[in-house]
Amino acid sequence: MWTWFHKLASPPYAYDVAGKCQPWFWWPSLILMAVSAYGGLVLAPPDYQQKDAFRIIYVHAPSAWMSLFVYSTMAIAAGVGLIWRIKLAHAFAAACAPIGVWFTGLALITGSVWGKPMWGTWWAWDPRLTSELILLFLYLGYLSLRSSFEDISRADRASAVLAVVGVVNVPIIHYSVIWWNSLHQGPSVTKTGAPTIDPSMLWPLFCMIVAFMLFFAAVMCDRLRAEILKRERSAKWLMKEVAVAHERDGVPNV
Amino acid sequence: MFEHFLAMGGYAAYVWSCYGITLFALIVIAMSGRAVYQRELNAARRRTLANQTNSAGLTA
Repeated sequence: MWTWFHKLASPPYAYDVAGKCQPWFWWPSLILMAVSAYGGLVLAPPDYQQKDAFRIIYVHAPSAWMSLFVYSTMAIAAGVGLIWRIKLAHAFAAACAPIGVWFTGLALITGSVWGKPMWGTWWAWDPRLTSELILLFLYLGYLSLRSSFEDISRADRASAVLAVVGVVNVPIIHYSVIWWNSLHQGPSVTKTGAPTIDPSMLWPLFCMIVAFMLFFAAVMCDRLRAEILKRERSAKWLMKEVAVAHERDGVPNV
Repeated sequence: MFEHFLAMGGYAAYVWSCYGITLFALIVIAMSGRAVYQRELNAARRRTLANQTNSAGLTA
């Protein structure tokens, strides 16, 4: 197990694995998304309070979940990069951020569109909403901090510190609806206790979250490979990869 | 029946705009990932070609 991890930390191996795994993330993700959308939009009954507007949960909650999941993944990778000085971990963290920005933006926008008919307002300075907005700024801060360095390894270290420090926001977002009196509804699914949502409404939500995770993994394959290419400027194995690409697509005009 | 489904109990504008925005964002996330990878791959290919030409020039 550990030797496999060590192997995975080597850029050529990771590059190869990411390329091979990608289709295995793509197809299940797309199929699962279609199934959960059908389950959420057609099969699930309307909510007794929110009626059909509750169906927004099937895109809002998975996006919000991903915004936290991607950030946690990024912070862990950045921490691993800082402590053990593994370049690939930094590459992984850097690849996470642009995807996380999109998921966070998506959670905020779909939440806002859901809030309008349910709360009567697009936005409120509520603990959950405000802490999610701070998450968006953390992602953007991470990206702009990276782009302010020309040297990749300095960018890696500086941005990793920001990512690790910013992780305190993750539990704040998660527990904000419990700690404070929030406009946002409480969690429907908790680790302890039965879910407060009917199974016919729950399974599409659960499947959509899995579909979003697979989607993230599929996109990460591309982004991680791009980061590896950016960092491994003159490695020998890369020449081989490039030669294969030449053969496949023809030699580009320089 | 289908019109009833589209109407979403009067919440059509909110529900469908959320699904539309999400679909759009997912497509952008996927395509930008692909584009970044393609850009770095092309850059790497240009670098190797330049290296090959350089070393060929030196040995000739």
